[in-house]
Amino acid sequence: MKKYITTPLTKEKVIDLHSGDEVFLTGTIYTSRDAGHKRLVETSKKGESLPVDLKDAIIYFVGPTPAKPGQALGSCGPTTSYRMDAYSPYLISECGLTGMIGKGKRNDDVVNAMKEHGAVYFGAIGGAGALLSQCVKKSEIIAYEDLGAEALRKLEVENMPLTVIIDSYGENLYLTGRENYLKSKK
Amino acid sequence: MRKIQRAEITKAVRELCIDANVRLPKDVCGAIDFAIKNEDYEPAKNTLELLVENYKIAEKNKVAICQDTGLACVFIEIGQEVYVEGNIEDAINEGVRQGYHDGFLRKSCVADPLRRVNTNDNTPAMIYYDIVDGDGFKITVAPKGFGSENMSAIKMLVPADGIEGVKKFVIDTVFNAGPNPCPPIVVGVGIGGTFDKAALMAKKALLKNVDESNPDPFYAELEKELLEEINHLGIGPQGFGGKTTALGVNILTMPTHIAGLPCAVNINCHATRHKSKEI
Repeated sequence: MKKYITTPLTKEKVIDLHSGDEVFLTGTIYTSRDAGHKRLVETSKKGESLPVDLKDAIIYFVGPTPAKPGQALGSCGPTTSYRMDAYSPYLISECGLTGMIGKGKRNDDVVNAMKEHGAVYFGAIGGAGALLSQCVKKSEIIAYEDLGAEALRKLEVENMPLTVIIDSYGENLYLTGRENYLKSKK
Repeated sequence: MRKIQRAEITKAVRELCIDANVRLPKDVCGAIDFAIKNEDYEPAKNTLELLVENYKIAEKNKVAICQDTGLACVFIEIGQEVYVEGNIEDAINEGVRQGYHDGFLRKSCVADPLRRVNTNDNTPAMIYYDIVDGDGFKITVAPKGFGSENMSAIKMLVPADGIEGVKKFVIDTVFNAGPNPCPPIVVGVGIGGTFDKAALMAKKALLKNVDESNPDPFYAELEKELLEEINHLGIGPQGFGGKTTALGVNILTMPTHIAGLPCAVNINCHATRHKSKEI
Protein backbone atom coordinates (compact mmCIF):
# COMPACT_ATOMS: atom_id res chain seq x y z
CA MET A 1 0.00 0.00 0.00
CA LYS A 2 1.11 3.58 -0.67
CA LYS A 3 1.37 5.67 2.48
CA TYR A 4 2.38 9.25 3.14
CA ILE A 5 4.02 9.57 6.54
CA THR A 6 5.28 12.60 8.45
CA THR A 7 7.63 12.64 11.41
CA PRO A 8 7.67 12.14 14.36
CA LEU A 9 7.12 8.41 13.89
CA THR A 10 4.83 7.77 16.84
CA LYS A 11 3.82 4.28 17.98
CA GLU A 12 0.38 4.86 16.43
CA LYS A 13 1.99 5.36 13.04
CA VAL A 14 4.35 2.43 13.58
CA ILE A 15 1.58 -0.10 14.12
CA ASP A 16 -0.13 1.03 10.94
CA LEU A 17 2.92 0.28 8.77
CA HIS A 18 3.26 -3.13 7.18
CA SER A 19 6.04 -4.96 5.43
CA GLY A 20 5.86 -4.18 1.71
CA ASP A 21 4.18 -0.78 2.12
CA GLU A 22 5.49 1.94 -0.16
CA VAL A 23 6.09 4.98 2.01
CA PHE A 24 6.75 8.61 1.13
CA LEU A 25 8.35 10.20 4.16
CA THR A 26 8.32 13.90 4.98
CA GLY A 27 9.86 15.60 8.00
CA THR A 28 12.98 15.48 10.15
CA ILE A 29 15.31 12.49 10.22
CA TYR A 30 18.84 11.97 11.54
CA THR A 31 21.83 10.40 9.82
CA SER A 32 24.23 8.07 11.55
CA ARG A 33 26.29 5.02 10.64
CA ASP A 34 29.07 2.87 12.08
CA ALA A 35 31.22 5.33 14.06
CA GLY A 36 28.29 7.58 14.98
CA HIS A 37 26.27 4.67 16.35
CA LYS A 38 29.19 3.57 18.49
CA ARG A 39 29.38 7.05 20.02
CA LEU A 40 25.63 7.37 20.57
CA VAL A 41 25.47 4.11 22.47
CA GLU A 42 28.65 4.74 24.46
CA THR A 43 27.39 8.20 25.44
CA SER A 44 24.01 6.91 26.54
CA LYS A 45 25.52 4.02 28.49
CA LYS A 46 27.66 6.48 30.45
CA GLY A 47 24.45 8.20 31.50
CA GLU A 48 25.20 11.34 29.48
CA SER A 49 22.55 12.97 27.30
CA LEU A 50 22.58 12.39 23.56
CA PRO A 51 23.03 15.25 21.08
CA VAL A 52 19.53 14.45 19.74
CA ASP A 53 16.35 13.19 21.31
CA LEU A 54 15.69 9.84 19.64
CA LYS A 55 12.18 9.35 21.00
CA ASP A 56 9.87 8.65 18.04
CA ALA A 57 12.78 9.51 15.76
CA ILE A 58 14.11 7.93 12.57
CA ILE A 59 17.79 7.29 11.88
CA TYR A 60 18.96 7.05 8.27
CA PHE A 61 22.07 4.89 7.86
CA VAL A 62 23.97 7.04 5.37
CA GLY A 63 27.28 8.71 4.76
CA PRO A 64 26.58 11.27 2.01
CA THR A 65 28.95 12.75 -0.53
CA PRO A 66 29.76 16.46 0.00
CA ALA A 67 27.06 18.82 -1.29
CA LYS A 68 27.75 20.60 -4.56
CA PRO A 69 26.81 24.28 -4.70
CA GLY A 70 23.01 24.46 -4.83
CA GLN A 71 22.49 21.07 -3.18
CA ALA A 72 21.29 20.60 0.41
CA LEU A 73 23.23 17.34 0.55
CA GLY A 74 25.21 15.26 -1.92
CA SER A 75 24.34 11.76 -3.07
CA CYS A 76 22.83 9.94 -0.13
CA GLY A 77 21.71 6.36 -0.63
CA PRO A 78 21.58 3.95 2.31
CA THR A 79 24.52 1.98 3.63
CA THR A 80 24.23 -1.72 4.55
CA SER A 81 22.36 -1.93 7.85
CA TYR A 82 23.72 -5.09 9.50
CA ARG A 83 26.77 -3.18 10.68
CA MET A 84 24.44 -1.22 12.98
CA ASP A 85 22.86 -4.41 14.40
CA ALA A 86 25.10 -4.23 17.46
CA TYR A 87 23.68 -0.81 18.36
CA SER A 88 20.10 -0.60 17.07
CA PRO A 89 18.43 -2.75 19.78
CA TYR A 90 19.81 -0.45 22.47
CA LEU A 91 18.66 2.71 20.67
CA ILE A 92 15.19 1.20 20.22
CA SER A 93 14.77 -0.10 23.78
CA GLU A 94 16.57 2.59 25.75
CA CYS A 95 16.27 5.75 23.64
CA GLY A 96 12.85 5.36 22.03
CA LEU A 97 13.98 5.10 18.40
CA THR A 98 11.04 4.02 16.22
CA GLY A 99 12.43 4.06 12.68
CA MET A 100 15.55 3.05 10.78
CA ILE A 101 16.28 3.53 7.09
CA GLY A 102 18.91 1.40 5.40
CA LYS A 103 19.30 -1.59 3.12
CA GLY A 104 20.01 -5.25 3.66
CA LYS A 105 19.37 -7.82 6.36
CA ARG A 106 18.95 -7.26 10.13
CA ASN A 107 19.62 -9.84 12.83
CA ASP A 108 17.16 -11.40 15.29
CA ASP A 109 18.15 -9.06 18.13
CA VAL A 110 17.09 -6.06 16.05
CA VAL A 111 13.83 -7.66 14.92
CA ASN A 112 12.98 -8.74 18.48
CA ALA A 113 13.58 -5.21 19.80
CA MET A 114 11.41 -3.82 16.98
CA LYS A 115 8.59 -6.20 17.90
CA GLU A 116 8.85 -5.62 21.61
CA HIS A 117 9.08 -1.83 21.54
CA GLY A 118 7.39 -0.97 18.23
CA ALA A 119 9.78 0.11 15.50
CA VAL A 120 9.98 -0.08 11.71
CA TYR A 121 12.86 -0.85 9.36
CA PHE A 122 12.55 0.96 6.05
CA GLY A 123 14.58 0.29 2.92
CA ALA A 124 15.73 3.06 0.62
CA ILE A 125 16.99 2.09 -2.82
CA GLY A 126 20.63 1.12 -2.37
CA GLY A 127 22.89 2.85 -4.85
CA ALA A 128 20.28 5.44 -5.82
CA GLY A 129 22.21 8.23 -4.12
CA ALA A 130 21.62 10.88 -6.78
CA LEU A 131 17.87 10.26 -6.81
CA LEU A 132 17.50 10.26 -3.02
CA SER A 133 19.51 13.47 -2.74
CA GLN A 134 16.66 15.29 -4.45
CA CYS A 135 14.35 14.55 -1.50
CA VAL A 136 16.64 16.33 0.97
CA LYS A 137 15.62 19.94 1.40
CA LYS A 138 17.84 20.91 4.33
CA SER A 139 20.86 19.39 6.03
CA GLU A 140 22.68 20.46 9.17
CA ILE A 141 25.49 18.81 11.10
CA ILE A 142 24.49 18.68 14.75
CA ALA A 143 27.24 16.52 16.26
CA TYR A 144 30.36 14.43 15.59
CA GLU A 145 31.60 16.77 12.86
CA ASP A 146 35.05 15.17 13.16
CA LEU A 147 33.61 12.01 11.61
CA GLY A 148 33.24 13.71 8.21
CA ALA A 149 30.77 11.77 6.08
CA GLU A 150 29.78 9.89 9.24
CA ALA A 151 28.80 13.05 11.19
CA LEU A 152 25.37 13.19 12.83
CA ARG A 153 23.13 15.24 10.56
CA LYS A 154 19.61 16.50 10.84
CA LEU A 155 17.83 16.31 7.50
CA GLU A 156 14.56 17.74 6.33
CA VAL A 157 13.19 15.36 3.70
CA GLU A 158 10.19 15.60 1.42
CA ASN A 159 8.41 12.57 0.02
CA MET A 160 11.43 10.35 0.41
CA PRO A 161 10.54 7.06 -1.33
CA LEU A 162 10.92 4.10 1.04
CA THR A 163 9.69 0.56 1.38
CA VAL A 164 8.80 -1.04 4.71
CA ILE A 165 11.09 -4.06 4.87
CA ILE A 166 10.52 -5.26 8.43
CA ASP A 167 7.47 -4.05 10.35
CA SER A 168 6.75 -4.03 14.08
CA TYR A 169 5.15 -7.45 13.75
CA GLY A 170 8.36 -8.99 12.43
CA GLU A 171 7.15 -9.50 8.85
CA ASN A 172 10.12 -9.32 6.48
CA LEU A 173 9.90 -8.30 2.82
CA TYR A 174 13.26 -9.94 2.05
CA LEU A 175 11.63 -13.30 2.84
CA THR A 176 8.12 -12.70 1.52
CA GLY A 177 9.20 -10.79 -1.61
CA ARG A 178 11.38 -13.66 -2.75
CA GLU A 179 8.71 -16.23 -1.86
CA ASN A 180 6.05 -14.29 -3.77
CA TYR A 181 8.25 -14.03 -6.82
CA LEU A 182 9.15 -17.74 -6.76
CA LYS A 183 5.47 -18.64 -6.29
CA SER A 184 4.55 -16.50 -9.29
CA LYS A 185 6.96 -18.59 -11.39
CA LYS A 186 5.28 -21.92 -10.53
CA MET B 1 62.05 4.64 -24.15
CA ARG B 2 58.87 6.70 -24.10
CA LYS B 3 58.79 9.25 -21.32
CA ILE B 4 55.63 10.00 -19.37
CA GLN B 5 55.43 12.95 -17.02
CA ARG B 6 54.06 12.56 -13.54
CA ALA B 7 51.56 15.39 -14.19
CA GLU B 8 49.98 13.50 -17.11
CA ILE B 9 49.21 10.57 -14.82
CA THR B 10 47.77 12.79 -12.11
CA LYS B 11 45.53 14.59 -14.60
CA ALA B 12 44.21 11.33 -16.09
CA VAL B 13 43.54 9.74 -12.68
CA ARG B 14 41.72 12.87 -11.49
CA GLU B 15 39.42 12.84 -14.54
CA LEU B 16 38.82 9.09 -14.36
CA CYS B 17 37.85 9.26 -10.65
CA ILE B 18 35.19 11.86 -11.40
CA ASP B 19 33.96 10.31 -14.64
CA ALA B 20 33.71 6.81 -13.17
CA ASN B 21 31.65 8.00 -10.21
CA VAL B 22 29.29 10.20 -12.21
CA ARG B 23 28.67 8.35 -15.48
CA LEU B 24 27.71 4.68 -15.26
CA PRO B 25 29.53 2.71 -17.98
CA LYS B 26 27.49 2.02 -21.13
CA ASP B 27 27.67 -1.75 -20.69
CA VAL B 28 26.12 -1.57 -17.21
CA CYS B 29 23.41 0.90 -18.37
CA GLY B 30 22.67 -1.49 -21.24
CA ALA B 31 22.47 -4.49 -18.90
CA ILE B 32 19.97 -2.69 -16.62
CA ASP B 33 17.87 -1.61 -19.62
CA PHE B 34 17.88 -5.20 -20.89
CA ALA B 35 16.89 -6.49 -17.45
CA ILE B 36 13.85 -4.19 -17.39
CA LYS B 37 12.61 -5.67 -20.66
CA ASN B 38 13.30 -9.16 -19.38
CA GLU B 39 11.75 -8.80 -15.93
CA ASP B 40 8.13 -9.88 -15.62
CA TYR B 41 7.72 -9.28 -11.88
CA GLU B 42 6.25 -5.82 -11.41
CA PRO B 43 7.99 -4.74 -8.15
CA ALA B 44 11.34 -5.72 -9.66
CA LYS B 45 10.67 -3.78 -12.85
CA ASN B 46 9.74 -0.69 -10.81
CA THR B 47 12.94 -0.92 -8.78
CA LEU B 48 15.07 -1.26 -11.91
CA GLU B 49 13.37 1.79 -13.40
CA LEU B 50 14.39 3.80 -10.33
CA LEU B 51 17.99 2.73 -10.92
CA VAL B 52 17.79 4.07 -14.47
CA GLU B 53 16.31 7.33 -13.20
CA ASN B 54 19.16 7.52 -10.69
CA TYR B 55 21.99 7.07 -13.17
CA LYS B 56 20.39 9.60 -15.50
CA ILE B 57 20.14 12.21 -12.72
CA ALA B 58 23.76 11.54 -11.78
CA GLU B 59 24.98 12.03 -15.35
CA LYS B 60 22.85 15.14 -15.97
CA ASN B 61 23.72 16.90 -12.70
CA LYS B 62 27.30 15.58 -12.61
CA VAL B 63 26.84 14.11 -9.13
CA ALA B 64 27.88 10.74 -7.74
CA ILE B 65 25.68 7.80 -8.80
CA CYS B 66 26.08 6.35 -5.32
CA GLN B 67 27.28 8.02 -2.12
CA ASP B 68 29.77 5.19 -1.64
CA THR B 69 32.30 6.48 -4.13
CA GLY B 70 34.50 3.68 -2.95
CA LEU B 71 38.11 3.00 -2.36
CA ALA B 72 39.89 4.15 -5.49
CA CYS B 73 41.12 0.97 -7.15
CA VAL B 74 43.61 1.96 -9.84
CA PHE B 75 44.90 -0.55 -12.38
CA ILE B 76 47.98 0.38 -14.36
CA GLU B 77 49.16 -1.43 -17.47
CA ILE B 78 52.62 -0.13 -18.11
CA GLY B 79 54.56 -0.97 -21.24
CA GLN B 80 58.12 -2.10 -20.54
CA GLU B 81 59.40 0.58 -22.88
CA VAL B 82 57.92 3.35 -20.77
CA TYR B 83 59.85 5.53 -18.37
CA VAL B 84 57.87 7.55 -15.83
CA GLU B 85 59.48 10.76 -14.65
CA GLY B 86 58.87 11.10 -10.94
CA ASN B 87 57.21 8.81 -8.45
CA ILE B 88 54.35 6.93 -10.10
CA GLU B 89 52.55 6.13 -6.85
CA ASP B 90 52.59 9.77 -5.73
CA ALA B 91 51.29 10.78 -9.16
CA ILE B 92 48.34 8.38 -8.86
CA ASN B 93 47.51 9.38 -5.30
CA GLU B 94 47.61 13.06 -6.21
CA GLY B 95 45.11 12.34 -8.99
CA VAL B 96 42.81 10.56 -6.53
CA ARG B 97 43.15 13.42 -4.03
CA GLN B 98 42.21 16.02 -6.67
CA GLY B 99 39.45 13.95 -8.24
CA TYR B 100 37.69 13.16 -4.97
CA HIS B 101 37.94 16.78 -3.86
CA ASP B 102 36.97 18.48 -7.12
CA GLY B 103 34.25 15.93 -7.93
CA PHE B 104 32.50 16.27 -4.54
CA LEU B 105 33.09 12.58 -3.94
CA ARG B 106 33.04 10.93 -0.54
CA LYS B 107 36.28 10.30 1.31
CA SER B 108 35.87 6.75 2.51
CA CYS B 109 39.40 5.70 3.39
CA VAL B 110 40.69 5.21 6.94
CA ALA B 111 44.44 5.26 7.50
CA ASP B 112 44.51 2.17 9.66
CA PRO B 113 42.07 -0.75 9.72
CA LEU B 114 41.77 -0.87 13.52
CA ARG B 115 42.47 2.71 14.61
CA ARG B 116 40.18 4.06 11.89
CA VAL B 117 41.04 7.71 11.31
CA ASN B 118 39.83 9.03 7.95
CA THR B 119 42.61 10.23 5.64
CA ASN B 120 40.15 12.88 4.37
CA ASP B 121 41.30 12.72 0.75
CA ASN B 122 40.44 9.12 -0.14
CA THR B 123 44.09 8.19 -0.51
CA PRO B 124 45.91 5.93 -0.63
CA ALA B 125 44.56 4.37 -3.80
CA MET B 126 44.58 0.59 -4.09
CA ILE B 127 47.09 0.26 -6.92
CA TYR B 128 47.70 -2.76 -9.15
CA TYR B 129 50.50 -2.81 -11.71
CA ASP B 130 50.86 -5.02 -14.75
CA ILE B 131 53.93 -4.84 -16.94
CA VAL B 132 53.06 -5.42 -20.59
CA ASP B 133 54.81 -5.29 -23.97
CA GLY B 134 55.31 -2.04 -25.85
CA ASP B 135 55.23 1.60 -24.84
CA GLY B 136 51.60 1.99 -23.82
CA PHE B 137 50.34 3.27 -20.50
CA LYS B 138 46.77 2.43 -19.59
CA ILE B 139 45.00 3.58 -16.44
CA THR B 140 41.74 2.11 -15.21
CA VAL B 141 39.96 3.57 -12.22
CA ALA B 142 37.35 1.33 -10.63
CA PRO B 143 35.88 2.88 -7.46
CA LYS B 144 34.81 -0.02 -5.26
CA GLY B 145 31.95 0.34 -2.82
CA PHE B 146 32.09 -1.75 0.31
CA GLY B 147 28.47 -2.81 0.63
CA SER B 148 29.30 -5.32 -2.06
CA GLU B 149 32.99 -5.78 -1.18
CA ASN B 150 31.96 -6.98 2.29
CA MET B 151 29.85 -9.73 0.70
CA SER B 152 32.79 -11.16 -1.25
CA ALA B 153 34.42 -14.46 -0.32
CA ILE B 154 37.29 -16.81 -1.06
CA LYS B 155 37.55 -20.55 -0.56
CA MET B 156 40.41 -22.95 -1.01
CA LEU B 157 38.52 -25.75 -2.72
CA VAL B 158 40.24 -29.06 -3.46
CA PRO B 159 40.54 -30.64 -6.92
CA ALA B 160 37.86 -33.22 -6.06
CA ASP B 161 35.34 -30.38 -5.59
CA GLY B 162 35.63 -29.69 -9.33
CA ILE B 163 33.23 -27.59 -11.31
CA GLU B 164 30.31 -28.48 -9.05
CA GLY B 165 32.28 -27.20 -6.04
CA VAL B 166 32.99 -23.94 -7.83
CA LYS B 167 29.34 -23.50 -8.80
CA LYS B 168 28.11 -24.24 -5.30
CA PHE B 169 30.55 -21.78 -3.75
CA VAL B 170 29.61 -18.97 -6.16
CA ILE B 171 25.87 -19.55 -5.74
CA ASP B 172 26.14 -19.85 -1.94
CA THR B 173 28.11 -16.61 -1.75
CA VAL B 174 25.50 -14.75 -3.79
CA PHE B 175 22.63 -16.31 -1.84
CA ASN B 176 24.15 -15.48 1.54
CA ALA B 177 24.75 -11.90 0.40
CA GLY B 178 21.03 -11.58 -0.40
CA PRO B 179 19.92 -7.94 -0.47
CA ASN B 180 23.09 -6.55 1.15
CA PRO B 181 25.31 -5.79 -1.89
CA CYS B 182 22.63 -3.75 -3.74
CA PRO B 183 21.43 -6.23 -6.33
CA PRO B 184 21.31 -6.55 -9.28
CA ILE B 185 24.96 -7.37 -8.79
CA VAL B 186 27.90 -8.13 -11.05
CA VAL B 187 29.87 -11.21 -10.03
CA GLY B 188 33.62 -11.49 -10.58
CA VAL B 189 35.06 -14.98 -10.16
CA GLY B 190 38.73 -15.93 -9.98
CA ILE B 191 39.61 -19.60 -10.25
CA GLY B 192 43.10 -21.04 -9.85
CA GLY B 193 46.49 -19.53 -9.03
CA THR B 194 47.24 -19.04 -5.34
CA PHE B 195 45.11 -17.66 -2.51
CA ASP B 196 45.95 -14.06 -3.44
CA LYS B 197 45.93 -14.50 -7.22
CA ALA B 198 42.41 -15.93 -7.11
CA ALA B 199 41.20 -12.83 -5.26
CA LEU B 200 43.00 -10.53 -7.69
CA MET B 201 41.47 -12.30 -10.70
CA ALA B 202 38.01 -11.98 -9.15
CA LYS B 203 38.58 -8.25 -8.81
CA LYS B 204 39.94 -7.93 -12.35
CA ALA B 205 36.96 -9.89 -13.69
CA LEU B 206 34.83 -6.94 -12.56
CA LEU B 207 36.73 -4.67 -14.95
CA LYS B 208 35.47 -6.59 -17.95
CA ASN B 209 32.34 -5.41 -19.66
CA VAL B 210 29.36 -7.05 -18.04
CA ASP B 211 28.15 -8.46 -21.37
CA GLU B 212 31.58 -9.85 -22.28
CA SER B 213 32.16 -13.62 -22.34
CA ASN B 214 35.26 -15.57 -21.44
CA PRO B 215 37.15 -16.34 -24.69
CA ASP B 216 37.34 -20.02 -23.68
CA PRO B 217 33.97 -21.61 -24.58
CA PHE B 218 34.20 -23.89 -21.52
CA TYR B 219 34.30 -20.89 -19.18
CA ALA B 220 31.87 -18.88 -21.30
CA GLU B 221 29.39 -21.71 -20.74
CA LEU B 222 30.12 -21.74 -17.00
CA GLU B 223 29.50 -17.96 -16.85
CA LYS B 224 26.18 -18.49 -18.57
CA GLU B 225 25.15 -21.35 -16.29
CA LEU B 226 26.09 -19.40 -13.16
CA LEU B 227 24.16 -16.34 -14.30
CA GLU B 228 21.09 -18.47 -14.98
CA GLU B 229 21.28 -20.20 -11.62
CA ILE B 230 21.83 -16.92 -9.77
CA ASN B 231 18.82 -15.43 -11.51
CA HIS B 232 16.73 -18.39 -10.40
CA LEU B 233 17.42 -17.59 -6.74
CA GLY B 234 14.61 -15.02 -6.74
CA ILE B 235 16.47 -12.39 -4.66
CA GLY B 236 15.78 -9.74 -7.31
CA PRO B 237 16.62 -6.04 -7.47
CA GLN B 238 17.27 -4.72 -3.95
CA GLY B 239 16.28 -8.13 -2.58
CA PHE B 240 12.55 -7.42 -2.98
CA GLY B 241 12.11 -10.51 -5.17
CA GLY B 242 12.48 -10.92 -8.93
CA LYS B 243 14.45 -12.41 -11.74
CA THR B 244 17.29 -9.91 -11.92
CA THR B 245 19.64 -10.78 -9.08
CA ALA B 246 22.75 -10.40 -11.24
CA LEU B 247 23.52 -8.49 -14.43
CA GLY B 248 26.50 -10.61 -15.33
CA VAL B 249 29.14 -13.12 -14.27
CA ASN B 250 32.73 -12.85 -15.43
CA ILE B 251 35.35 -15.51 -14.79
CA LEU B 252 39.12 -15.26 -14.96
CA THR B 253 41.35 -18.29 -14.53
CA MET B 254 45.01 -19.24 -14.34
CA PRO B 255 47.11 -22.35 -13.74
CA THR B 256 47.22 -23.67 -10.19
CA HIS B 257 48.88 -26.30 -7.98
CA ILE B 258 48.13 -30.03 -8.33
CA ALA B 259 46.66 -29.97 -4.82
CA GLY B 260 44.51 -26.88 -5.13
CA LEU B 261 41.44 -25.20 -6.57
CA PRO B 262 41.31 -21.67 -5.14
CA CYS B 263 38.07 -19.86 -5.90
CA ALA B 264 37.32 -16.21 -5.14
CA VAL B 265 34.07 -14.34 -5.63
CA ASN B 266 34.18 -10.54 -5.74
CA ILE B 267 30.73 -9.00 -5.75
CA ASN B 268 29.94 -5.61 -7.20
CA CYS B 269 26.71 -3.62 -6.96
CA HIS B 270 24.55 -2.37 -9.84
CA ALA B 271 26.77 0.72 -9.86
CA THR B 272 29.70 -1.25 -11.25
CA ARG B 273 32.02 1.59 -12.11
CA HIS B 274 35.16 1.48 -14.19
CA LYS B 275 36.71 3.94 -16.63
CA SER B 276 39.97 3.63 -18.57
CA LYS B 277 42.31 5.94 -20.43
CA GLU B 278 45.49 5.46 -22.45
CA ILE B 279 48.14 8.12 -22.11
